[in-house]
Amino acid sequence: MAFVRKEFIHIFRDYRTLIILFGIPAAQILIFGYAVRTDLKNAAIAVLDNAHDEVSKELTQNIEASKFFYVARQLDSYDEIDATFKEGKIRAVVVFPEKMAATITREGTATISLIADGTEPNTASLVTGYINGILSTYSASLTGELTATMPLIMPEVRMYFNPNLESHYMFIPGLITLILIMICSLMTSVTIVREKEYGTMEVLLVSPLRPWQIIVGKATPYFFLSLINVIVILLMAWFVFGLPVQGSIALLIAECMLYILLGLALGILISTLTGKMENAIFISFLALMLPALLLSGFIFPIENMPKIYDYVTMILPPRWFVDVIRAIMIKGAGIGYVWKETLILAVTALLLMVISIQKFKTRLGEAK
Amino acid sequence: MKAVEANSITQRFGKITAVDDITFAVSEGELFGFIGPDGAGKTTLFRIAATLIIPSGGRMTLFGLNVVSDYRELRNHIGYMPGRFSLYQDLTVEENLQFYATIFGTTIRENYHLIEPIYKQIEPFRERRAGNLSGGMKQKLALSCALIHKPRILILDEPTTGVDAVSRTEFWEMLEGLKKEGITIVVSTPYMDEALRCDRIALIQQGRLMGIDTPEAIRTSYGRKMWAVSHPDRYRLLLALREIQIVSNPEPFGEAVHITLHEGTAPEDLNRKLENTGIHGATIKETLPGIEDVFLELMRRKPEEKSL
Amino acid sequence: MEREKVIEVRDLVKKFGAFTANDHLSFDVYRGEIFGFLGANGAGKTTAIRILCGLSRPTSGRVMVAGIDASRRPEEIKKRIGYMSQRFSLYEDLTVRENIELYGGIYGMRMKELIHRREAMLQRLSFTSYGDTLIRSLPLGLRQKLSFATAVFHDPEIVFLDEPTSGVDPVTRRQFWEMIYETASQGITVFVTTHYMDEAEYCDRITIMNEGKIVALDTPSVLRQQYGTATVEELFVKITRPQRTMV
Repeated sequence: MAFVRKEFIHIFRDYRTLIILFGIPAAQILIFGYAVRTDLKNAAIAVLDNAHDEVSKELTQNIEASKFFYVARQLDSYDEIDATFKEGKIRAVVVFPEKMAATITREGTATISLIADGTEPNTASLVTGYINGILSTYSASLTGELTATMPLIMPEVRMYFNPNLESHYMFIPGLITLILIMICSLMTSVTIVREKEYGTMEVLLVSPLRPWQIIVGKATPYFFLSLINVIVILLMAWFVFGLPVQGSIALLIAECMLYILLGLALGILISTLTGKMENAIFISFLALMLPALLLSGFIFPIENMPKIYDYVTMILPPRWFVDVIRAIMIKGAGIGYVWKETLILAVTALLLMVISIQKFKTRLGEAK
Repeated sequence: MKAVEANSITQRFGKITAVDDITFAVSEGELFGFIGPDGAGKTTLFRIAATLIIPSGGRMTLFGLNVVSDYRELRNHIGYMPGRFSLYQDLTVEENLQFYATIFGTTIRENYHLIEPIYKQIEPFRERRAGNLSGGMKQKLALSCALIHKPRILILDEPTTGVDAVSRTEFWEMLEGLKKEGITIVVSTPYMDEALRCDRIALIQQGRLMGIDTPEAIRTSYGRKMWAVSHPDRYRLLLALREIQIVSNPEPFGEAVHITLHEGTAPEDLNRKLENTGIHGATIKETLPGIEDVFLELMRRKPEEKSL
Repeated sequence: MEREKVIEVRDLVKKFGAFTANDHLSFDVYRGEIFGFLGANGAGKTTAIRILCGLSRPTSGRVMVAGIDASRRPEEIKKRIGYMSQRFSLYEDLTVRENIELYGGIYGMRMKELIHRREAMLQRLSFTSYGDTLIRSLPLGLRQKLSFATAVFHDPEIVFLDEPTSGVDPVTRRQFWEMIYETASQGITVFVTTHYMDEAEYCDRITIMNEGKIVALDTPSVLRQQYGTATVEELFVKITRPQRTMV
């Protein structure tokens, strides 16, 4: 395992790459986290109080009292909502139904409407999330217990402008997908190609080392680095956003490992295609990073893409992985829900590994 | 058994024929040199010998093992140093050596005696990263790395390129020492003057062998008396010599111009003719043809052969 | 007969912190001379050449290159010299004509004159048929000749050559030296730096540097006689080896 040791030395000596590997995910999380937080400190809320009773007044006060919101305006009718949003200052409108307190006493529950400005999906999601929190705290204080089986006040959330808003934690799965592709494929292909460029690969090939030994030696350090990175991202997601993993962490890690293997196999495959570092970087970026970036929800929600892209993305591993991660992290899904995607990833990974080991020659390629 | 036996080795890359029907043999314990300019096909030939390329045609064996079919076994016995010193720039001297020892399944201690004379010289710098070494030190480290598994044959591709004259001299002295250990050494160089250090040499040009023999025999194969003509104004001298009938093949050679004279003419005749063209006081001395003179002669001959 | 000095160096000192790269160098190079500058790795050769090319200023001493003071107006020097190195000289993805054009353009030649001179040069080298060939597809030997012709295209007073013929075949090499002789006979000074002592044999005079100092300066034959060696290579090793402390 001298090979693995050597590879780790390479990685740790090159501190710049190390900073990129760990710095970028951390920075991205912090940037997102910070941006979201400042928005929420002073989010302006409008209230349309059709009830004018005890409950609605108390709730309004609770919202006002929280550090996240202030009630900027009281509306008088539904007609004003559209205009209010178009002004662009108000993040959300809370609509209390008529005779709210009475409904609660009579039926044990009431529904309020929560309409958020969907143009900034992350903010909108957080706003509704926090208001939700205020509502359930209030409900609990009414019944005196926190674990009310049936919440007293049910919010009915609607997004204004962007009704198809996806989950607000979209970018964490996206980030994991992106980072893993970056480390696994890009870094592995670049280090292998670097040995070709420096001529050290020639000597490795002449040595009794078998191709799979070279591949395993190259891949192992990045496997562990990637795993550490995933854990760092998850921890940061938790502490910065308060987003714990809903589903099984073991399953999540296992899926990540599968995806890492796939990425490593891809990286090795790329390295067999070219002998120049800039080419390796270019291919990795074009073939892997770009799709991962587009599909991760950083830029476009997939739902808004034309149908044709939907089909095109079917052959790209990141698409399936994003689905899996999202399902486990946010929906808390078990293996039963994601077995199909997992199978696709596993088959792809296996296929790529076989191809890349096959293509990784024990000799030098034909000179150009 | 021969250390290397190559029969009609040919290597084509697309339309280009890099190595053209080369046949040679190297005995065990021999220091064998391939002499030829850049692009002559030396690197390709060495890569075939190092089991890195499958030749398009012909057959090569090292110690009776075929470079194509027995490559796995063979790789335990080859010490290969490619054109660029294959060192990990970001690893230290010691880490590089350690790494190469491990991938060949050995330890530094086991074969230390073999590399000691070479490695001792760079050992004071063992904590330094290979990227920060001078050319001469890199060369020594690369040689140590190629030797660490006690190979039976060393294949060194242009080991002296880009290294200063003192380091080059020391390098050849080291090869002498390794030869005494019984290691077969095949080395290539574009520098004709290094040929004299080898037991036997092969002259190679445009993928073809032009001659194989001991350096001495190659020099005497020139077969004619060679004269070195010198004069402070070399350029005028050269132009004048070209015009003089009794002179053949004037070639600038360092400070002098090397020529041969037609049968039955003497240096005095030449001097007289030079005086006539206004070149006074040229010195004409007999000199031994060098490898480079023979190389030039063989290159001149080649087009004639082609036209036949 | 007093010959015209093109390079005049007196007590050149260049220090990097506590390290003295050039220690009181003094030498002259004459017009039309082929001057060889030799030294081991780290002998201070590169530092000295950078100063002569106007890329770096001396710490002290007087350096005149083509009549210009290297410590005062190094920028002016660059216009009067040419430079050719093994590693970089021509753009591989440009044609022969485009390369020359680019080069002439850099030195501020006017287009009309440039084209006229370019065609004359191609004619002289019998390169006309290669005019629109990409450098990439030229044989190594031709490339070498072309890069030399390009380096003297703007009629510099001095041309600096870095290992000009290392690795080329003996025939091309001779053609190349012939070009150098011709250039020198036209009054352009040729300053050759090299690791390869057989290359040094072709120079009119050579200087050998070791540990920041000049340790020998004369014609190759005088030096060989003086030290009793058969080649410049042996001479070089004899002079520099005992003084080298390590490696």
